[in-house]
Amino acid sequence: MLLSLEPRGQQSRAMLWFSPLLAAALTLLCGSLLFLLLGHDPLLTLHTLLIAPLSDWYGVSELLVKALPILLCALGLAVAYHARIWNIGAEGQLLLGALAGSAVAVHIIDWESRWALVLVISAGVAAGAAWAGLTAWLRTQFNANEILTSIMLNYIALNLLLYCVHGPLKDPEGYNFPESAMFGDFSRLPLLSEEGRVHAGLYFALLALVAVWVLLQKSFLGFQIKVLGLDRRAAGFVGFREKRLVWFALLVSGALAGLAGVGEVAGPIGQLVPQVSPGYGYAAITVAFLGRLNPLGILCASLLMALLYLGGETAQMAMNLPQAITQLFQGMMLFFLLACDVLILYRPRLKWKWTKRTATQDALA
Amino acid sequence: MDIDLLSNIFFAMVRTGTPLLLVALGEMVCEKSGVLNLGQEGMMLFGAVTGFIVAFSTGNLWLGVMLAMAAGMLLSMLFAAVALGFNANQVATGLALTIFGVGLSTFVGAAWVGKPLTGFEPVVIPLLSDIPLIGRMLFAQDLLIYLSFVLFALVAWVMLKTRIGLIVQAVGENPDAASAMGLPVLRVRTLAVLFGGAMAGLAGAYLSLAYTPMWAENMTAGRGWIALALVVFASWRVFRVLLGAYLFGLASIIHLVAQGVGLSIPSNLLAMLPYLATIVVLVLLSRDPIKTRLFAPVSLGKPWQPGH
Repeated sequence: MLLSLEPRGQQSRAMLWFSPLLAAALTLLCGSLLFLLLGHDPLLTLHTLLIAPLSDWYGVSELLVKALPILLCALGLAVAYHARIWNIGAEGQLLLGALAGSAVAVHIIDWESRWALVLVISAGVAAGAAWAGLTAWLRTQFNANEILTSIMLNYIALNLLLYCVHGPLKDPEGYNFPESAMFGDFSRLPLLSEEGRVHAGLYFALLALVAVWVLLQKSFLGFQIKVLGLDRRAAGFVGFREKRLVWFALLVSGALAGLAGVGEVAGPIGQLVPQVSPGYGYAAITVAFLGRLNPLGILCASLLMALLYLGGETAQMAMNLPQAITQLFQGMMLFFLLACDVLILYRPRLKWKWTKRTATQDALA
Repeated sequence: MDIDLLSNIFFAMVRTGTPLLLVALGEMVCEKSGVLNLGQEGMMLFGAVTGFIVAFSTGNLWLGVMLAMAAGMLLSMLFAAVALGFNANQVATGLALTIFGVGLSTFVGAAWVGKPLTGFEPVVIPLLSDIPLIGRMLFAQDLLIYLSFVLFALVAWVMLKTRIGLIVQAVGENPDAASAMGLPVLRVRTLAVLFGGAMAGLAGAYLSLAYTPMWAENMTAGRGWIALALVVFASWRVFRVLLGAYLFGLASIIHLVAQGVGLSIPSNLLAMLPYLATIVVLVLLSRDPIKTRLFAPVSLGKPWQPGH
């Protein structure tokens, strides 16, 4: 082989942070090639996709609106992934948060007190946590693989949501559209400024960011979670309680995803609709990995992901490109990241001449 | 329930079970060799969209099937490069493959959504298809389903009766020992992954060319994931894969049964059943951790490099 991998013997800290950047660069390169193949000017397309959306304040505010749910979900996932609990269910937990929040909100449309919002948000958070709790229960009680159960729960949550908007939660005065009634003003998250759609959910996201950072970097609980992720047996020997940690990680994960969901319906949307989430819960998986499960890294990655979502919309309107470009870039980025991560533990060596390794050479090395 | 209804249910059960059977067979071989590829959903979708576009543009259904399998293999090659070549975490790589496959298929297929296509038609075998109850189920299906029967027999024979089956199993149970015996571990694993990709592509083509001849984004609706659960359900045994696939098929067409006995349940609630069934099955099977560990290939999901 021309390219060989040589173990470094230890992690390269530089590569730990360089690899995501390299992955992003490779994604852009591959994307440009793709645009070229499709007959679009690559530079112009990349401009439409990544720069044009941010050319005015409205664009920046939309970026924040889209980054909020992704950030919240990804922060939750980071907690679970640190414990090596592969929660793929952020999407379902988000949908259930939105569903439960809406179920409460449509019953208290007439309330004129701030408690309405508190109630709606708590319902969403509780529902998200409960949905993730199901996964935790199946895992701790029955040893069922959390990847598969959480994925299945995503599909169940989506169907539950569709059933509710077509049935019990449908607005009776909504001309038979599959939508709930608009929430009362007191169950909506207030806007932060006159312009744009940035809402008070931003405070929740910042709070969650700090809380997860403290949890993971400064607390004993976070330490236990990390130990559990690195070595299950070691965690058992020191007496950390695995089941309790699994429950905790999944509940935090679900609560944050539920908050993201209820933040969407009580924030920018204002009612329950079938398309609450354009795959934010799945995007959060990419974001969590891209941000290296580190809260600050995740913040940057979620802004990037939000930009991709926003750019996807712009590209659809301006150049008639399918909006799925967002997911395509997302997948490419995650793939390149995993491929580039090989550089953390291995040093690539280019060999210009192909020589067969012999046993003596190996023994000498 | 009358006999006609039962015969119809069996017929539909095999139709819905076939895509699951195809993916699960591929994934089972892959897992037997010690590789956990969570990218089935993505490979299926890319296969489905490729098959549809090719068949629609050329009018040749079989060419669509062939290229769908090639498309599945192409994606699985990416997986093999990153997970086997670069030693990346197999869970994360599989997830990446699914996310990528979903995005790619939606992107490529955007212009083809809702176009009509005449897919594979049932080929009724005279006389045999008149057998009561099982006649229609086995002998009045389309050609891809007959192909799935053949492929099942082939995989069962290769895995259970030939040297190749033993090699795959050795590589999955103990790669170090297999390597010391001179077996090319990584090559065997790569081939198993490629086989899984081809089967997933075929399953996708079955969906977009025979089951519902059209393309819609995310049309696999989680079948790739259900197939992964199916392999656990089958405890990595080939005959149980067949049984499981048809049982899951039955769970997905339960609405036919419900209509038959005159129940009316909202369709969205019925649509949850296959997913609920998957969870229930996982719970029933995984309750005993020791048993699961006994059945699962020992090195499943663990990265391996020669000479370490």
